[in-house]
Amino acid sequence: MTRLILRRFASALPILLMVSLITFALMRLVPGDPSAVIAGLSATPEQVAAIRSDLGLDQPLPVQLWRWYAGLLHGDLGRSLLLGQPVVEATFLRLPVTLALSAYALVLTLLLGLACGIIAALRQNSWVDQAAMVAAMFGISMPSFWLGLLMILVFAVNLHWLPTGGYIAFSDDPVGWLRTSTMPAISLALLQAGLLARITRSTMLEVLRQDYIRTARAKGLPRHLVVFKHALANALIPITTVVGITVSLLISASVVTETLFSIPGIGQLLTQAVLNRDYPMVQGGLLIVTGLLVLVNLVVDIGYALLDPRVRYDPA
Amino acid sequence: MIPPELRAEAQGETPAEAAVEAPGHRRRLFAATLGRLLRHRLFLTGLCLFGIILIAAVLAPLIAPEDPDRLAMRFKFLPPSAEHPFGTDNFGRSQWSRVIYGAQLSIAMGLAVVALNAVFGTLIGALAGYFRRLDNPIMRINDALMAFPAILLAIGITAVLGPSTIDVVIALAIAYIPRTARIVRASVIVLREMEYVQAAIAAGAGHWRILRHHILPNAMAPLIVQLSFLFAYAVLSEATLSFLGLGAVPPTPTWGNIMAQGRQYMTEAPWIITIPGVALMITVLGLNLLGDGLRDVLDPRLRVQP
Repeated sequence: MTRLILRRFASALPILLMVSLITFALMRLVPGDPSAVIAGLSATPEQVAAIRSDLGLDQPLPVQLWRWYAGLLHGDLGRSLLLGQPVVEATFLRLPVTLALSAYALVLTLLLGLACGIIAALRQNSWVDQAAMVAAMFGISMPSFWLGLLMILVFAVNLHWLPTGGYIAFSDDPVGWLRTSTMPAISLALLQAGLLARITRSTMLEVLRQDYIRTARAKGLPRHLVVFKHALANALIPITTVVGITVSLLISASVVTETLFSIPGIGQLLTQAVLNRDYPMVQGGLLIVTGLLVLVNLVVDIGYALLDPRVRYDPA
Repeated sequence: MIPPELRAEAQGETPAEAAVEAPGHRRRLFAATLGRLLRHRLFLTGLCLFGIILIAAVLAPLIAPEDPDRLAMRFKFLPPSAEHPFGTDNFGRSQWSRVIYGAQLSIAMGLAVVALNAVFGTLIGALAGYFRRLDNPIMRINDALMAFPAILLAIGITAVLGPSTIDVVIALAIAYIPRTARIVRASVIVLREMEYVQAAIAAGAGHWRILRHHILPNAMAPLIVQLSFLFAYAVLSEATLSFLGLGAVPPTPTWGNIMAQGRQYMTEAPWIITIPGVALMITVLGLNLLGDGLRDVLDPRLRVQP
């Protein structure tokens, strides 16, 4: 088991290295002079030069690369031009907000997606099944920001049940957190729940057709026991990998959801950074988020191996 | 007397190819596939939904004669009526025209992303899958690009390129090409080991010829399925980017732009945000259903609904 975990870590390292190289390259690919773009049209050449040396862009490329990795090892990704704050600090300050929102959305996704998928599989080809799958298809095709807009229109503007936006931390006021996070979480969860419902249904159908399920039913075990103990336990294995993908999708979808609901998370931070040409922030934020996602997938991978002994057997 | 296989080879065709290229075979296969698609209920539903949007986009100048950018302040915030079927916005612009021209842009941009993926995704995937020596370096970069969430990578690239219609297409293409390449590579790796490919190699066919005539035509099914879903993602992502102000610059009538702008006038003119959203959903739903249908018919192994 330890060997497996170590091997998985080792395979994630080159990806992280490559990811950091790509983010490094990103700012250097800005057509023309990024310092001039940042300084704006009315800047004097001295101001442009000052920004350039501030960003280290006046150094030769190998030196820039060296500084980038040296900084990375020290946890220093430069300073945000917009906020005047170190990039790492700015990102980690907003990370808990995005994580809390994503966790809420993930819980909704799992509840909704698993329930729909299991019910649809148990009632295959009935109207319940068809209704669930049509709902899932709508969920997948619904633009999350549009769903968010509609919810704001109905529940905030017309009914005044919930605030139109803003954010209250859970630690400050749990009820306030629920009031500010519920609409964003639903708008994030619906798409994922649709995907999960479809996958759950097809895996469940596959498992339910296995011989051991028939045996379990034939020997007189009650249906609910067979479904939840025998079938679901096996169906959950492929579903675990989907959860890893879901987390990644939730975080990327939070970019638009956070902007829409004015939630001060990483998504909003990155959008503001791009709109204001805050290159160090874009670069650093992108690297941190992607790095964390690689780690999430690593954990999911290892969890997968823990759940399924067949994966643990690794001939390589 | 020369046996037919040898004759075919003498004319530059390998035996396998001669069999595949038998006259009328391809046309019959195509007709059979089309027939199965047209009997597929979900595919037909998708075709109808997407067809509505496509027809509106193609006929835009005919059915929406009013200039989508023409300002008419005295007509501002008119609710939908016979004269303005989708109402007007804060500048009195006809939402009917703006939404229909938006359809044109959405479909054009989505198609461009799909085309770039078809070309570069196939090329990269085929190179990695066919030439073992290229596999590792290509897939390392590919995996790293795939580690970025697609929309975040696209946002990062638009930060570099700046917001414009073409730059958004490039950004989205770069974000999705690694995913397409991965799918092509997976089929090429399997096909490379097939006996008929080995036979073509033994018959002395060149790499390019093997790839073009023996491997890629058989790798098309999963690619087509992937591209139809990609079309949906591309349209959705483009709308998302322009809603965030990272896409085409206003007043370009993209659906995302219209909704971003309508957000401020949600209370007095809710139709500005609702109608483009419905159009966007119909497009994405239609494309997803088309993708599902194509997958069921072309690639039964990947079928979700048995």
